[in-house]
Amino acid sequence: MLASLPVFALAKEAQSSASDPALEERVMKLSKELRCLVCQNETLADSRADLAEDLRNQIREQMRSGKSDKEIVAYLTARYGKFILYNPPVDPTTYLLWFGPFVLLLAGLFMLFRYVKQRRELIVEQPLSADDRVRAETLLKSDHGKETA
Amino acid sequence: MTRFVIPLVLFVILIVFLAIGLGRDPHLVPSALINKPAPDFALPELRQPAKIISPSQMRGKVWLLNVWGSWCPACREEHPFLIEIAQSKAVPIYGLDWKDKREDALAVLSELGDPYVLNISDFEGRAAIDYGITGAPETYLIDKQGIIRYKEVGQLTPDIMEKKILPLVRELNR
Repeated sequence: MLASLPVFALAKEAQSSASDPALEERVMKLSKELRCLVCQNETLADSRADLAEDLRNQIREQMRSGKSDKEIVAYLTARYGKFILYNPPVDPTTYLLWFGPFVLLLAGLFMLFRYVKQRRELIVEQPLSADDRVRAETLLKSDHGKETA
Repeated sequence: MTRFVIPLVLFVILIVFLAIGLGRDPHLVPSALINKPAPDFALPELRQPAKIISPSQMRGKVWLLNVWGSWCPACREEHPFLIEIAQSKAVPIYGLDWKDKREDALAVLSELGDPYVLNISDFEGRAAIDYGITGAPETYLIDKQGIIRYKEVGQLTPDIMEKKILPLVRELNR
């Protein structure tokens, strides 16, 4: 009984793709761009959920009746919302998603630039005043003295 | 000082976003159909398959469309509350029996009672796709003009009924 199961699955798959391989390829290609609504991190193409199968059948049927991929996607988004698109579309609700990383990158570059500039100003050599020189020399001497002691 | 404050603030903001994200149910996909006409269908009634039901027959009524199936444990859990709603006569419930077998559905109704005015047999799940259903149970509130006003994903509870659905029903019935 158990051993016969995989054979069953194979037979079923073979049948559906044999009917029209070109159509089947189109169905799978479009399904890869759509989200399975049951297991949300899967595409419609990968999912074995019942609903995913129904949706693939619906896509197949609409393709047979001559609808374009665009029309089918429009049909599905009208019902399930943009959420069904596996690749999020660029629109005002997703601007943050699409452009946020670039904004962060720019902010990071800006901060790095400012930091480097600040550092550079710090290392500019300042001529020592006479007082400083005397202080430095005494410090160096006392330091030297400690080392030998 | 700011050296520590800025990362700390950023970290706190991140934590807040993550906490909000954790608290949300990713299955609550916002419905694209709110305030849109309820999609049409013509499907047989469950008890009398010769009778064809379409949403236009419910024009002039505010009604609930409850998606269920005999295979769905959460629907079974929801069932007693649906019966309560039906008994209160607050709003009529129509069932959409989704991807089911007629005998199984009828068996559940005779076992647990029947809260539905009538049941639409969507055994192939076509109407379900038109309604953007992602699982069962799901419930739609449809107004007199056949416009979807509310959708609840998951079981109806007394709380949702009191706070969300009944106030809307009252408003729509006015």
